[in-house]
Amino acid sequence: MQVSVKVNGEEYTREIEPRMLLVHFLRDELGLTGTHWGCDTSNCGVCVVQVDGSPVKSCTLLAAMASGHEIRTVEGLEQNGELDPIQQGFMIEHGLQCGFCTPGMMLTASWLLDANPHPTDGEIREAISGNLCRCTGYENIVRAVRWAAEHPQNSTTTAETEEVAAS
Amino acid sequence: MQVPAPFEYERASSVDDAIALLENHGEDARLIAGGQSLLPLMKLRFAEPEALVDINDLTELRRIWVAGDQLHIGALVCHAELLASAVVGEHYRILHDAERVIADPVVRNRGTVGGSLCHADPAEDLSAALAAIRGEVVIRSSGGERVVPVRELQTGPFQTCIGPAEIVTEIRLPIRAGTGSAYTKVARRVGDYAIAAAGAVVRLYGDVISDVGLCLAAVGAPHSVAARTEDAIRGRRADDETLDLAAQMAAEECDPTADQRGPADYKRALAGELTKRTLRTAIARCRGEEA
Repeated sequence: MQVSVKVNGEEYTREIEPRMLLVHFLRDELGLTGTHWGCDTSNCGVCVVQVDGSPVKSCTLLAAMASGHEIRTVEGLEQNGELDPIQQGFMIEHGLQCGFCTPGMMLTASWLLDANPHPTDGEIREAISGNLCRCTGYENIVRAVRWAAEHPQNSTTTAETEEVAAS
Repeated sequence: MQVPAPFEYERASSVDDAIALLENHGEDARLIAGGQSLLPLMKLRFAEPEALVDINDLTELRRIWVAGDQLHIGALVCHAELLASAVVGEHYRILHDAERVIADPVVRNRGTVGGSLCHADPAEDLSAALAAIRGEVVIRSSGGERVVPVRELQTGPFQTCIGPAEIVTEIRLPIRAGTGSAYTKVARRVGDYAIAAAGAVVRLYGDVISDVGLCLAAVGAPHSVAARTEDAIRGRRADDETLDLAAQMAAEECDPTADQRGPADYKRALAGELTKRTLRTAIARCRGEEA
């Protein structure tokens, strides 16, 4: 069957089997391997992408069901060469070690900040409760999300962020 | 890598279209809404439908409204929307209590109210809460509409009375002034299924329990309700003695099985204690004692 989706602002059309899951469509058909593929049971959250602005676990959605919808993956967070505040936050606050959970974490967190620009630590922890991290103990991830909340888009340039990160 | 068995995919454009597609494809066709339960089963090949009818475009099923003395919840309303709904929280705190502990926020963005009921998992929290409320389910087919009490919808684990070419369109809940409700769950970790969970919907007449609905999830209570306990405490004073009686009877009424979540006697004791606690909260909310 034919599936047409807009991913990070770009239209893609592919001929696929109806049983193809969105995570494999993104990775294998479109080559967007920033979306990770983890537990395959909708537990771990590494495959989270945004569909029409809401985070979903792409291992538990058919690509066919996403047809006609807008998808945002980790590749779409950066805009015009500027890292998204959530990416800057993860960099500055060391919100990752191995990086496997990071794309899903950031897409869930950016949805949280869109809906609730000033979340409490409790609200951050609840929002990411469907995303597992085995490295950080979550402390730095919560700090990274808080950093992003305190530095909304355009308040810091990437160059400044890199200076902060290097210092 | 888990991949579902092959199937035909259809996208319904209306409720009538969904019913027609189900009729065309016969008994081995399934509706898919959020897919948060069906797709994992298909990936494990526990479910192998020959056709999937995607109903996500039926936005007419995605609304919550009040008409007269009933709260209507469209079948396609997702868990996150139910949790965010002020009118739902105003009338039934039990639904917000339950939604807060169903899966995780990302799964709640996809999973639907109708899907939870139709999946008929005996450990599922929302189905239990709706049974405590004594809601009704509206089911449509090409022959028309019928209304089934939530308590009669599920005929066994993962089984319902819904026919192969029928679709659940909405859930109707009675709105009755002076109702207090609550849901309490114990799970091994955030987002997991319950070890045991209990819900209560209470109406008081003065200090007397004039009406009560009690549900128990994941502990083998028939239709996820504690019907004998309800009968025993209806008409009694809302005091500690009644709460103790409810705890004892609910523990006797359920029939838990031992599994990796715990031994049967532990779950039975938990069901009793949670019944007591959630009844206490519901009564307090009924009296306006708890925000």
